[in-house]
Amino acid sequence: MLKVEHLTKMFGGLAAVNDVSVEFETGKINAIIGPNGAGKSTFFNLISGLHQPTSGRILLDGADVTTLPSDRVARLGVGRTFQTTNLFEQATVLDNLIVGHRLRTRSGLWDVLINSKRLQREEKAARDKAMEALEFVGLSHVAGQFIADITQEERKRVAFALALATDPKIVLLDEPAAGINPEETVGFAALMRKMVDEKGLTVCLIEHKMDMIMSLADKIMVLDHGEKIAEGTPEEVRNNPVVIEAYLGGDEDAAA
Amino acid sequence: MFKFASLLMTPAAKYLMLAFAVLFPLVAANEYQVYVMATAFVWAIAVYGLNIITGFCGQLNLAHGGFFAIGAYTLGLLTADYGWSFWPAFVGALVMTAVLGFLVGIVSLRLKEHYFAIFTLCVGFIIYLLIDKWEELTHGAIGVRDIDAPYGFGLVDFTETTPFYYLVLAFLVFAIWFMGRLSKSLLGRTFIAIRNGDELAQSLGINLMRNKVLAFVLSTTYAGLAGALYAGMVRFIGPDAANIQHTFDMITYLLVGGIGTIMGPLLGTVGIVWITQSLQFLEEYRMIIFGPLLVLLVIFFPRGITGSFLTWMHRKSQALAPAKKRQERKVDTAQNREAESNA
Repeated sequence: MLKVEHLTKMFGGLAAVNDVSVEFETGKINAIIGPNGAGKSTFFNLISGLHQPTSGRILLDGADVTTLPSDRVARLGVGRTFQTTNLFEQATVLDNLIVGHRLRTRSGLWDVLINSKRLQREEKAARDKAMEALEFVGLSHVAGQFIADITQEERKRVAFALALATDPKIVLLDEPAAGINPEETVGFAALMRKMVDEKGLTVCLIEHKMDMIMSLADKIMVLDHGEKIAEGTPEEVRNNPVVIEAYLGGDEDAAA
Repeated sequence: MFKFASLLMTPAAKYLMLAFAVLFPLVAANEYQVYVMATAFVWAIAVYGLNIITGFCGQLNLAHGGFFAIGAYTLGLLTADYGWSFWPAFVGALVMTAVLGFLVGIVSLRLKEHYFAIFTLCVGFIIYLLIDKWEELTHGAIGVRDIDAPYGFGLVDFTETTPFYYLVLAFLVFAIWFMGRLSKSLLGRTFIAIRNGDELAQSLGINLMRNKVLAFVLSTTYAGLAGALYAGMVRFIGPDAANIQHTFDMITYLLVGGIGTIMGPLLGTVGIVWITQSLQFLEEYRMIIFGPLLVLLVIFFPRGITGSFLTWMHRKSQALAPAKKRQERKVDTAQNREAESNA
């Protein structure tokens, strides 16, 4: 599905991501963990084309997407969410979501001027897609409310729905469970599982909530100082001494 | 209150406003009032342009007044110096502002946020300097005289105030109609997505540069349209048309009326133009009243008159309508609990 080869990103003299190679399989939940500043978000930005890598390759279904800009990558089926999502606060949830399907439409200025059949058809498709995504994340009941009036947890779900409305094959989720309570976290884990099971999506997520990751992820990659220090099933990663050292800072501490 | 206010949301309200605008020359006390209203409408058209790039697309363009002046000068010079008649020159002004908008856009829109604002501020000032100093072309400080009035094809005489008023009104209605259609379309939603954030928009597959440039060209064309109408109405223009002050006036109109809304630019412009007229006796001191008012408005009503009104209406209707639904849901859960306890 998504294959990354020797990916490196330098910011000045600092290697934010250093020679990382990894493969994410179709229909799996892949987690990326690591201490703050390990390069996790940069890694996502490289895949989604927001940053251009210094070296290395990114292959999506075998096609080289390394140097493509972000919008092209999105059109090829890479959806993503951000740690914070700025939406139009004084517009309804549904209105905010309709644009999610824009990348699958072609209407331009001329269509707007003459209100063409194509525009009408595409706007209906975009609206239907938004409703479908909203229903998938369980928020149909707030479709008509302003973004400003919904809860933090609902906002996070809206961000999911927005990514889903782009019809992605793979979704990159940057700390989806940050800032929500444990009960809601369980709900999000179920939602991610549903994305894989019902939509056949490949999920990649960055997360700090270990109990959630350990029960949810099929595969975990651990980054530290921009380098991949471990990779494997939750069980393997949990018992990896290098990971324990990275998190707890030394053997003696870990033993103690 | 809510019921009364909701009347303003019906399509009938729009036609009532239009009817008032059509009847205004008949009820106006004198020709001067019609003239002031026509001027306000001209500026409103330009403010609609600013609303596209700044209100919808989120890019604060401080060269907007400059493009207004380019539209005015293109029409003025083509008719006064090059012997074009009004309507070809009018189209020429639109093409000129669109082309220059495109050229400025592809350079300036590479910059983001305040860098873009500062860059366009400089562009606006350069436009002013060019107009003021390039005397061979623009006549410098003397300005352009003997600008053609719109040719009425023998049917109407646009040198008269009232016919010109209706001409401006027709263009204004078109400008608002297009803005309304744009805002609801996928294209308008694309602009709004860019306003929400460049990175998020890109992750939704939106080509930033192409859409920003399109919004910019639309906005400068609106400015050019307004400028050309202005030149045809006043029949004389000087470098002051490119004064940066006009840009800030337009931003004020937009903020007061409601940035990113459909009716905001019209309400803000017409409202402030008339308030300014009625405070004429205070001369420059009227800023003592305007300044604090604007500050209060931005603090308490950041979305202006229209935006705040729409938000209030929406909350009201949400609070009234789903009250019933919420009750139903409560009943549901109560029944569920009963069922659970029985089981």
